[in-house]
Amino acid sequence: MVLEFTEAGIYCPAGDAYIDPWRPVERALITHGHSDHARWGHRAYLATEAAAPVIRHRLGDIRLQTTPYGEVHRIGDANISFHPAGHVPGSAQIRVEVGGEVWVASGDYKVVDDGLSEPFEPVRCDTFITESTFGLPIYTWTPQDVLAEELNQWWADSAAQGKRAVLGVYALGKAQRILRLLDPSIGPILTHGAVEAVTQVLRDQGLSLPDTVQIRAETDLKAYPGAMVLAPPSALGTHWMRKLGPVSTGFASGWMRLRGVRRRRAADRGFIVSDHADWDGLNTAIAETGASRVYVTHGYTAQFSRWLSDQGYEAGIVETEYGGETLDDAEPEGTPDER
Amino acid sequence: MKRFAAMFTRLDQTNSTKAKTEALADYFRDATEADKLWCIALLSGRRPRRTITTTKLREWAAERAGIPLWLFEACYPVVGDLSETIALVLPPNTRDAELSLAEWIARLRALDAEDEEARKTAILDAWDSLGPVERFVFNKLLTGGWRMGVSQKLMTRALAQATGIDEAELTHRLMGDWTPDSVTWQTLIEAPDPTADLSRPYPFYLAYQLEDAPEDLGDVSDWLAERKWDGIRGQVILRGGAHWLWSRGEDLMTDRFPELARLRDFIPEGTVIDGEVLAWDAEAARPLPFARLQPRIGRKTVPKKLLKEAPVIVMAYDLLEWGGEDWRDRPLSERRAQLETLASDLPEGAPLRLSPSVEADTWAELTEARSISREIGAEGLMLKRRAAPYLAGRKKGDWWKWKVDPLTIDAVMIYAQAGSGRRATLYTDFTFAVWDGDALVPFTKAYSGLTDAEFRKITAWVRKNTTDRFGPVRAVKPHHVFEIAFEGIQESPRHKSGVALRFPRMARWRQDKPVSEANTLDDLKAMLAQYG
Repeated sequence: MVLEFTEAGIYCPAGDAYIDPWRPVERALITHGHSDHARWGHRAYLATEAAAPVIRHRLGDIRLQTTPYGEVHRIGDANISFHPAGHVPGSAQIRVEVGGEVWVASGDYKVVDDGLSEPFEPVRCDTFITESTFGLPIYTWTPQDVLAEELNQWWADSAAQGKRAVLGVYALGKAQRILRLLDPSIGPILTHGAVEAVTQVLRDQGLSLPDTVQIRAETDLKAYPGAMVLAPPSALGTHWMRKLGPVSTGFASGWMRLRGVRRRRAADRGFIVSDHADWDGLNTAIAETGASRVYVTHGYTAQFSRWLSDQGYEAGIVETEYGGETLDDAEPEGTPDER
Repeated sequence: MKRFAAMFTRLDQTNSTKAKTEALADYFRDATEADKLWCIALLSGRRPRRTITTTKLREWAAERAGIPLWLFEACYPVVGDLSETIALVLPPNTRDAELSLAEWIARLRALDAEDEEARKTAILDAWDSLGPVERFVFNKLLTGGWRMGVSQKLMTRALAQATGIDEAELTHRLMGDWTPDSVTWQTLIEAPDPTADLSRPYPFYLAYQLEDAPEDLGDVSDWLAERKWDGIRGQVILRGGAHWLWSRGEDLMTDRFPELARLRDFIPEGTVIDGEVLAWDAEAARPLPFARLQPRIGRKTVPKKLLKEAPVIVMAYDLLEWGGEDWRDRPLSERRAQLETLASDLPEGAPLRLSPSVEADTWAELTEARSISREIGAEGLMLKRRAAPYLAGRKKGDWWKWKVDPLTIDAVMIYAQAGSGRRATLYTDFTFAVWDGDALVPFTKAYSGLTDAEFRKITAWVRKNTTDRFGPVRAVKPHHVFEIAFEGIQESPRHKSGVALRFPRMARWRQDKPVSEANTLDDLKAMLAQYG
């Protein structure tokens, strides 16, 4: 097998390397900087140039080699290259070719262009490893232009009612994608420290993002009426919110597609947006690989692999420790020691 | 429908009761009378009759979505709501219809007379001409289930705001056996005729749980104490030569309890009594366990055998109408005195008994009396202020339920299942077991009692510690001990453990306890012997 599924992660025996391993290994190929994919404790890391700054920011002083997209690395007997996954800036699918057979591990991906991440690039392969975080036909995403309109309308309405609009978003990817969609003429944009830190890392690597003000203990919030506030989902409803005064709360997540989840989170608004592929996105991406065999990792694995079997693919399920998109865990933003 | 859907969206986008009330009040101010009437009907549980089976709806939705039926069925438990599942899998609408809520309902009812092909065409056409929220609302009309996160109380308050009519008065007007066909906005809300519906019940007065020390309530002599009975709250109405029995959920239960018809022979017309329907053991003069009453609740007609096995009585505790006059504003002491006279005139064996008062000179004596509740088949005490009128709805101050502490047992979690609706992405439904030698015997399920944060924590643990899957159910490593609290315990041949619990819930997550220290089946059996 070109890739094997082991206790430590997805393993390439020909190159003696692991893709997004969850146990410490010698050589880790990292698809992107989210904490369930880029973990601390490996001896050597390989990731894209664009993903590297966030990974360094999060994991500290690690042995990290970087690569541009598309460049082929000969590791042992394997030819390995990284290709845009469209998930977050710098995210990659990893293509592994051994003796003419091609496998692609897609990590997390989405096929629509979010205007921020390098757009998803279909890679032809024999075997495709896909996520299925949203692998059911109930999940379809709001088109990005409609989403932008909804967000700005909510912000403007909240401001008109003398409230701050507080939006729960992932610190890496979602927050910056939303930042690009916001209309700064409505008001100032404030950030939670976790969001600000990653935003600054991405700004420093050259991404153009609107101005934001980090909320610190000493920040005089009166100076920012009618602000939009971006914070990690876990910060909503906590003590941290108190100083914000009257607020309208929202979450931006694929899970907001479900009314039950919206209600459970007890937010005023739910915006349906994800950096993972929706149902149509998953099916399109898989078809475009030309793969005959598909392994399904995290998400609705049982249902999605059965659907793929129905469609004539040779489909299997792989247990991993990837989390997909979750509203329940914060993205750990601290230094490696705190994790 | 657009107006109705917009109102629904406003309700759905807020958690503030005030904002919800405003959204509804706005609707009641500017919708048409026909639409308003249907809105009230829907929010008070009066649904149009179902014309199309959900089986057909599932098939048609899957077909239109281009997915196999099994995949549709796999989506349903994730969403937790059929109407929403259908709305989510369908492709976006291509047209826009301009029908009102009442017009859509009329159109749906007209389908009754059509054959299946015509129904299907009409439904697919409707799906294709409604926006996402309208489509969801429409499916709710189709499937009959209707909960919008709006209580009847909130709806009534909004109606009061919009019309300027007193809320308690409106609550009363909205009760009873009306449908949008039998009334108009005028006759129901604006200018009702009190004699039009003899069966109309009064709004129930509901008690709060007593959290503080009873001494805080003041002088014990100001309070009437009664047993808190574990049956079905009911209101018996005798008017115009007929009788009705209403549940607290405004279900008309008259036909389910035919033995109460005899009350017409003994009690004069123009009488309304509040009480508890109990399955009664006449010989022992005490209630039968709730489990014996249960088979009678679901049945519209009652077989003779069941009538004999679980005969019911009304344990009367209040008098709301006497001599055709509304007595609710009179003090409890006066209502109670009249009820006592009424009850004492009844012959032996009549299916109505007076709920006896529990006499005590001090709170300490009452506390003592409360402690034996379970032994006599009660859940605790009710405390009612003697000087208080009979209010509408749940109000603090004059009525308190003072339950006995629940029974508890430490059990091991062995299966987990995701919740539905609001909790569809969390593992919330657990099966618990106790030790029988070296084996763990499941004995109850429980769904509630943990915080959202705890559910999230246990969900993450379940994902990593699944040992087996049976459909949606995951077997997990026996590792976590929970303290299960419950109100009663019954023998049950249907359960492997031989017992069934009443109102089981998770009282505490005993992270301090290893599984070896969980309770045993013998412990449960001892409880059964004592309290069953």
